[in-house]
This record gives sequence, C-alpha cells and structure tokens, in this order.
Amino acid sequence: MSYRKSMLGFAAIAAAAAAMTAGEAAADENSFKLGVVTFLSGQAAESFGVPAWNSGKMVIDALNKGGVLPKPYDKPGFGGLKIEAVVIDENGGATKQVQELRNAYERDQVDAIVGYVGSGDCLAVSPAAEELKKLLILYDCGTPRIFEENKFHYVFRTAAHGAMDNVAMARYIAKRKLNIGDMGAINQDYAWGQDSWKDFKASMAQLDPDAKATAELWPKFGAGQYGTEISTLLQEKPSLVYSSLWGGDLQALVLQAVPRGLFKDRYVVLSASDHVLQPLGDKMPDGVIIGARGANGQFAERSPLNDWFVDAYKKAYPGTYPVQPQYRMIQALLGIKTAVETAMAANGGKKPSTEELAAAMTGLEWDAPSGHIKMALGDGHQAIQPNAVGRTQWDAQAKMVKLVDIEHFIAECVNPPANMKAEEWISKGFPGAQCE
Amino acid sequence: MELAATIVIDGVIDASWLFIVAVGLTLVFGVLNILNIAHGNLYAIGAYTAASAVGWYYSGSGPPLLGYIVMLGAALLVAVVVGPLLERGILRLFYRRDEIVLVLVTYALFLILEDATTLIWGVNPYYAYEPYGLLGNVNLLGLTYVGYDLLLVALAGITGVLLWLGLNRTITGKIVLAVIHDREMSRAMGVNVTRVFVLAFTVGVFLAALGGAFTAPKISVQPGISITVILLSFAVVVIGGLGSVEGAAIAALLVGLARAAAIHLMPSAELFIVYLVMAGVLALRPEGIFQRMALRKI
Repeated sequence: MSYRKSMLGFAAIAAAAAAMTAGEAAADENSFKLGVVTFLSGQAAESFGVPAWNSGKMVIDALNKGGVLPKPYDKPGFGGLKIEAVVIDENGGATKQVQELRNAYERDQVDAIVGYVGSGDCLAVSPAAEELKKLLILYDCGTPRIFEENKFHYVFRTAAHGAMDNVAMARYIAKRKLNIGDMGAINQDYAWGQDSWKDFKASMAQLDPDAKATAELWPKFGAGQYGTEISTLLQEKPSLVYSSLWGGDLQALVLQAVPRGLFKDRYVVLSASDHVLQPLGDKMPDGVIIGARGANGQFAERSPLNDWFVDAYKKAYPGTYPVQPQYRMIQALLGIKTAVETAMAANGGKKPSTEELAAAMTGLEWDAPSGHIKMALGDGHQAIQPNAVGRTQWDAQAKMVKLVDIEHFIAECVNPPANMKAEEWISKGFPGAQCE
Repeated sequence: MELAATIVIDGVIDASWLFIVAVGLTLVFGVLNILNIAHGNLYAIGAYTAASAVGWYYSGSGPPLLGYIVMLGAALLVAVVVGPLLERGILRLFYRRDEIVLVLVTYALFLILEDATTLIWGVNPYYAYEPYGLLGNVNLLGLTYVGYDLLLVALAGITGVLLWLGLNRTITGKIVLAVIHDREMSRAMGVNVTRVFVLAFTVGVFLAALGGAFTAPKISVQPGISITVILLSFAVVVIGGLGSVEGAAIAALLVGLARAAAIHLMPSAELFIVYLVMAGVLALRPEGIFQRMALRKI
C-alpha cells in the first residue's frame, strides 16, 4: 500500500471516529445517563437490592415510553431526555463502592447516581460525590448521620431516615394503649441495629415511661442461628420483643422463634419487616406489629399513582407485590424526574447542568406512591415522608399476610423539625411535632 | 443452676451444627493440607440442594419422616457430584504449588461458587421448614425447644463417632491416617494417595453439605449464608488443631458453650467471644488443642 493510500485510510478512520464522537455528544444532550447502585449479590440482594432494581427497570421503561404513568409523570423520560440506566452491584464493601462511584462519574460519564442500601456505603460515597461535584441521590439507607453530621451540596436522600420508623412504632403503641412492661430486644450488632433500638427505647421512654428494657441481645449481622437468644428472651419473659432484623436474618428468627413460643402472649415489634411477609407467608404469626420504613406497600394510601405502580409491578412480576425497596426506588426516580423538569422549566428546556439539578433538588416536594415527599431536613437535602404501622393477619383465602389495625402518621409527626437532630428531638419529647 | 443448665443445652445445640461443618474442614486440611475457604459454599450448596429436594418431596404424598432421608440424600448427591469435580478438576492442578497458592485457589472457588449458586437458585429465598416441626417440641427446664434441634445434636454425635470409627477402625481409615501422617512415605509404601485425596475431599464436601442440608429447615436459604459459616468453622478448626477430628469436637463444644454463656450473661460480648476463646487457646497452645507438634523435615 502506498503512503498516500495509507494516509487516506487513516483520514477516513479519523473522520469516522470524529463523527461517532459527535454522535455520542449529541445523544448525551438527549439522554440522561443514570447510574443505579444496589445489591445484586450478597445478603441484601434478596430482600432489598434485586426488588429495588426490578422496580427501577420497570419504572424507567415506563417513563421512557411516556404517557404510561399518571400525571404529572406522563411526559417521556426525564423532561423528554431518554433515561439510560447503568446498574452497579453494591456488594463488596465501602472502599470498593467509592471506586465504583468514581468510575461511574468519570469513566462512564453518568449524569447522576441513585443508589445505596447500606448506611456504611452511603457515609463513604457521599464525600466522594461531593468532591467530584456530581449529583448523588441516596434512595434507601437509613442512618440519620449523613445530613445531621455533614453538609453536602450535591448529595440528597429521597427517603426518610431511620429515626422515623421507631418514633412511629412507639407512637403506635401509645395510640393503641398497649400495656407494655418489660421489653426485650434482639438487634444486629452494627449501626442499623444499634440506632434502631436506641431510637425506639428513647421514644418509648417519652411515650410510655413504664416500659423498661430488661434484655438486649446483639447477634452479629448474618448470624442465622438464634437458639440461645430465643432461650434468653423466653427466660426474661418480656411483654414486648423488639427487633430491627431484616432479610434472611429476620426470616430465620421467625422460623426459629415461632415454634418455641416467643411470639405467643406478648407483643412483637418488627420495625422494618414488610419485605419478609411475602416470602414467609403463613409462617408469620398474626398480631405482629410491623413497620415498612414509610407508608410503603400495603400501608400506601390509594391514589392514581399508587394504583398504577402496584398494578404495573404485579403485571411485570407475577405472584408478587411491591414493598419498601420497590417503593423507595420509584420515590427516588420520580424525585429526580421532578427536579430535572423543574430545572428545565427554569433554563428554557435545555438539559440541566449538575448545578441546576442540585438547586432544583434542594427543598423539592413531589408525590410518590407512598405519599407526599418533602426535602425538609438537612438544608433541603433530606426527605421526610408519611409513615404507618399495622399488625399482621394471615388471609387464608387470598393466601397472603394482610396488614390490619393500621395507624397512619403524617411526616411532621414522626420526623424531627429542620433545626434539630433526631436523637435530641426524641429526648426532648418531640417538640414541634404535628400529629393532627 | 437453671441458667447454667440452659447455657449447656443452648451451647450443645449450637455446637452440634458447628461440629458437623467444621469437622469436614479439618479432615480436608489433615489429608490434603488445604485450608478450603470454599467450604462455606459447599455448606450453602448442601442447604440449597436440600431445600429444593425437600420442596419437591413434600409437594408429593410420601411419609413425612422420610424427608430426613431426602435431606441426607441431597448432601450425598452434592458430595458425589461436587467433591470429585473440584478435587480432580481444579485442586489437583495446584498441589505442587506453594500452600498459599492453594489458599488463593480456594478463595477464587469461594467467589465462583457464590455466583454459581446465585445463578442456579437465584436470589429469592428457599425454605425447607416442613422437617423442622415433625418432631414436635420438648420442654426442658421450663423452656420450649424444638425436637429437631435435639435431632441435630444426635446427628453430630453419630457423625463424630462414625468418622472416628471410620478413621481408626477400618483399613481405609488407617490408610487415610497414614497419608495425614506422611504423604511421601505412604506413596513409597504403595498407597494410592490420589484415591485417598479424592475420598477425603468428597467426605469433607459431604460433611459441609450435611451441615447445610440439616440447617436448611431452620433458616431462609439465600445468598450470603456461606460467609458466617466459614468464619466460625475456621475458628473451631484453629482452636481444635488443624486436622484433628477430636479437636474439632472439643472446640465446637467450647465455642458453642462460650457463645451461649456470653448471650445469657453478657450479650454485648457475643460478637468477639469466639475470637477471645481462639486467642486464649492459641496463647496457651499455639498449634491448637489437639495438634501434635510436628517434626520439621529438613
């Protein structure tokens, strides 16, 4: 091949490459690349990660089609931008997640990330996103520390933090005038278990001073065998047993504790357990007091949006219905959609920059299937939402555990006000709470 | 007094499960000199296979108690299929390498098997709860225990005795002990060491799968169950002395009782009590309780 010919070939390749790059850049302006991080493997995959991603996939497809969701979510994609989702496995620890987050922003050029179930992961990745000046939407993790101990400009959490679950539990017990004396607790020995029990105990101290903790058990995360813990609780004979266990650990506890009579003749409070009702079925006893970390799943009040979500999910995944992880994912996606469309309305319809998006997310309010969400805490970066608590009842005809005796709580009743940390708010007797 | 007795009952129940899994790990180490990090996966595969088999069995109308035989069969099936496959297919290729390479190979196997399990069974939980309630409840010292838990204690006892008899009272067992003692000398004496390796590894897999199969009715079988098991098994094997069946039995009891005592008396200590026991034993006997001091070959 002559020099001239080879140069011609080179020029042709360069031109083609340039055209492709230009095409990509053009596509970028018409699409919104979204990194979705959740557990696709490991212990949290079954109960949280995979159901959330199932919900995410379904909602993103429906949004991209346009006109599928009820108003105001009927416009295609995010303000006309096609949503391109890239899913990343959250399994592997916080250090790996920070690296994955950097890769997603810098190499894969995602416009925003929505993700993270683990509180440790949320605490680790938030400063990294802030440093890179990229939009990060935390959709699931529960620790209040993220915005109570830090200030972020580019980080938001679209679900309420964990304190709400336990305040609502204690309020339920007080409202229903349940007679509680001694309390026993079994919680995993890490941040989630410790914070949950601390908040519940403190809330009970305010609302029912007669309730006293007599047994506190701390199996480690993933223990799976609770024989000795069950013996200890049976010996202590508390009138209430509290647990924030979740996923496989909670299912194992129920399977092992029910035959031994731990759920008999006492109140059992499972603070975040609606997601085990479907897998456990009739193995979950009646009368257990259940929380769902928001008015999610069976607690969600009827609305055109909730009706669409439940029907669409049941159609997409026959034999199941959506519970808390699925609800939190759609909640985050609709929050981002609202923010993108708000920013586009302000900038003349262009794809918004990260700065414009962050400004739109701050203090945002939107409707989700679980109710009205307000970014009311953490200088407009942390959501509050309504909550509900109820009790289990096996419905043999429908072959499912139904939730009955439900009490709903408005967001301002179970979440602290903007100027106060959750722990302080509880210990001062919930000043400023609006429960009517 | 009643509390002490409860601690013993809870500790023994906990130890029975631990022993079944850990003794397989120690046997494999004794014979093949491999610290098998994938042992927990074999436990998980046993649990999944048993859960699938139990689900299939109870959807029919066979006698309920035969479900236990189905669980045993599931563990055997895993051993016969997975044992030779891993030993002949992968591990033997690395026997001439450094021991640390073998540890890395089993770590790779751990990662691969974790994903393979998810690929086969998915992420949704499997239950095998029917056999758990078959033996009813037993009242001990005013507390209700599930009869099945006491069956596990019996199973651990039978497993330990059969393994001890198999190793010490049969020709094959003595050949295995000879290989544990000195692999090269055994080969020189005409022992088919390869066969012993396959046999010992398969028995190790069987014990892991047996632990998983008989734990399945008490738990929700789902991704991640292998990790806790491998950590605890390692602790038991190290305390008992690597390669010692008697050591694994004593260590499992020690760990079970220590955990039960911690939960009853000082629950916040449960997280580290196993490692405290391990550190204590290693400080006094660095080779573990039952490990004989080995002469170094020069």
